[in-house]
Amino acid sequence: MEIVYVYTKKRSEFGRQCNFSDRPAELHVDILPDESLTQNFIEKNPVDRGTQCVQEMSEHEINTERFETDTRGINHIEGGWPKDVNPQEVEQVLRYRKKVEKDEMYITTIQQLGSVMEHCIRQNNAIDIYEDYFADLEIEETEETPSAKTINVFRDPNEIKRTATHLSWYPDGARKLAVAYSNLEFQRSSADTSLDSYIWDIENPNKPEFTLKPVSPLVCLEYNPKDVHVLIGGCYNGQVAFWDTRKGSQAVEMSPVEHSHHDPVYKTIWLQSKTGTECFSASTDGQVLWWDIRKLGEPTEKLIMDPTKKGKMENAQGVLALEYEPTIPTKFMVGTEQGTIISCNRKAKTPAEKIVAVYKEHIGPVYSLQRNPFFPKNFLTVGDWTARIWSEDIRESSIMWTKYHMSYMTDGCWSPIRPAVFFTTKMDGTLDVWDYLFKQNDPTLSLQVCDEALHSLRVQDQGRLIATGSHTGTTTLLELSDSLCTMQRNEKALVTAMFERETKREKILESRQRELRLKRAGQSAQGEQDEEEGGPMDEEDPVARAEEDFFAMINADKKKRDQLKAKQEAEDEANAEKKDEDGKEKQDNDEKEVEEK
Amino acid sequence: MSNEVEEILKRVQQMKGVIGTIVVSQEGIPIKTTLDNSTTVQYAGLIHQLTAKARSTVRDLDPQNDLTFLRIRSKKHEIMVAPEKEYLLIVVQNPSDGN
Repeated sequence: MEIVYVYTKKRSEFGRQCNFSDRPAELHVDILPDESLTQNFIEKNPVDRGTQCVQEMSEHEINTERFETDTRGINHIEGGWPKDVNPQEVEQVLRYRKKVEKDEMYITTIQQLGSVMEHCIRQNNAIDIYEDYFADLEIEETEETPSAKTINVFRDPNEIKRTATHLSWYPDGARKLAVAYSNLEFQRSSADTSLDSYIWDIENPNKPEFTLKPVSPLVCLEYNPKDVHVLIGGCYNGQVAFWDTRKGSQAVEMSPVEHSHHDPVYKTIWLQSKTGTECFSASTDGQVLWWDIRKLGEPTEKLIMDPTKKGKMENAQGVLALEYEPTIPTKFMVGTEQGTIISCNRKAKTPAEKIVAVYKEHIGPVYSLQRNPFFPKNFLTVGDWTARIWSEDIRESSIMWTKYHMSYMTDGCWSPIRPAVFFTTKMDGTLDVWDYLFKQNDPTLSLQVCDEALHSLRVQDQGRLIATGSHTGTTTLLELSDSLCTMQRNEKALVTAMFERETKREKILESRQRELRLKRAGQSAQGEQDEEEGGPMDEEDPVARAEEDFFAMINADKKKRDQLKAKQEAEDEANAEKKDEDGKEKQDNDEKEVEEK
Repeated sequence: MSNEVEEILKRVQQMKGVIGTIVVSQEGIPIKTTLDNSTTVQYAGLIHQLTAKARSTVRDLDPQNDLTFLRIRSKKHEIMVAPEKEYLLIVVQNPSDGN
């Protein structure tokens, strides 16, 4: 069928304006339905179609600019007196008051108010409407999952970011946080990198409250617990300086370069003293120096961290972590770059006696070292990929440890409230909360604080707030949920039991090892001659064996992985084939149906 | 008459737990006080403002209403304010002392 409709138009009318006019509807063609074609159609029943009843939404992001606020104080002075009365003149004031007191209005008002007031005072005295009826009721242990939320983020305000190397909480309530900023990468800080460190008001992340201007960037910074205005800082160039926030941004005094450390000062700690002016510092040059901030001209005492007890500078190990517990003021501990922990007694007579014990199990630098605030005999160390808990009595090995993590650990500390809880930070930007009563293999809570490495960590004394500083100078303030900062029932007893049990276990292992060693020594004494011949072989043996073991392990792993891969591939293929087969069957069926029809 | 006022204030002051009594005029001037001068001035200035604000709040909410009494419960004590057109009577009480 062809539909033809011819339009005719005169040549002269081409391009003319249209001249529309009305005309009745007319039928050009009428196509009747073709019954035979309905055969080609299949009615679809039921029809499946999705509809959306709710309003369609789309996601948009908006970044509002920070609203900067600051607080200002106003000083109110006495005012409101009539013009002819000078409030400074006692006589005038008295006269005015007498005049008022004679006023009839005054008398009636006071009489009226007096009775109202008496009523209220009696009310207060009769019952305490705010009485806490259940004060002595124990708080029910809630089964809430431990959590933490970010409260504030403090960024390094400078163009070139530096690492937040050390944090210190304001000793009097959680109001301020001192953060030391420096670039620890060797010779990576350019000349225009800022040297400043800051004190932040934890409510105001917009602007630091106070700026500390050292001559060399600060690696560590510590508030004086006895005087909240005074801070001690250790510089990258080895000097020790102290600030008084009442006296401005410049350091009040600095130790002279020739008597200071020769390497960055990694840790300074205030000592428990009557004057509250004594402190000590540690550095990777292998020295621990004692100072009195009243005379920073030279250190009051000096100790070289030589674990061989010879006090030789060339044997000294660089100190990264320093520990001091005010309740045992004669003792202190250091953690070194070589992974050893050295326990020292400051009051011993000779330098050799000052080094009491050496603990070695970490295979990388010890970044953090802290005694448990409840059980000072037990201490936490963080280094390489593990955190370890030690008992002072066991020198061979730690009593408890975490598994090896995928990334380096950078810092750690105990909760000041719960003896079983400690916190660690890692290079991948996670903060782990460990509750050893609840779980020993994995952290109770693992928080991805930021994408870059976390470098420092500090818990506020109430145990609720944690500050953690990152590689690019971002300090994040976190608040923990209640369960992580309230002591659980029997917690102290349980932790004591756990530490004792683990200590006992290690002791047994240690004595067993000693026995074995003795036995071996006895055997080797017997077979000395044999050994002489086989001596060099034996020496080589461990290396060769280790190598063999290593490759065997690697190969086994490889094989396993290959097998797994092959298995998976095979499975995938099988699946694919199955699908193909299914598809084919369907097609066949369709064809059959068509044929039948 | 004036003696009677003294009598009332004395009685209030001697009640259990009462720490201090202050009478403040409409302008915020302390007329009578049992506290030291600097504390009195501070109380007078601040409580006077707060009472004015409280009164205006009550009246803004309902013009027919008026403030009759103001109790400020704090961690350490309770500050009770009895307002009248011309004068304020402020009493600071430690309620836990009473019980």
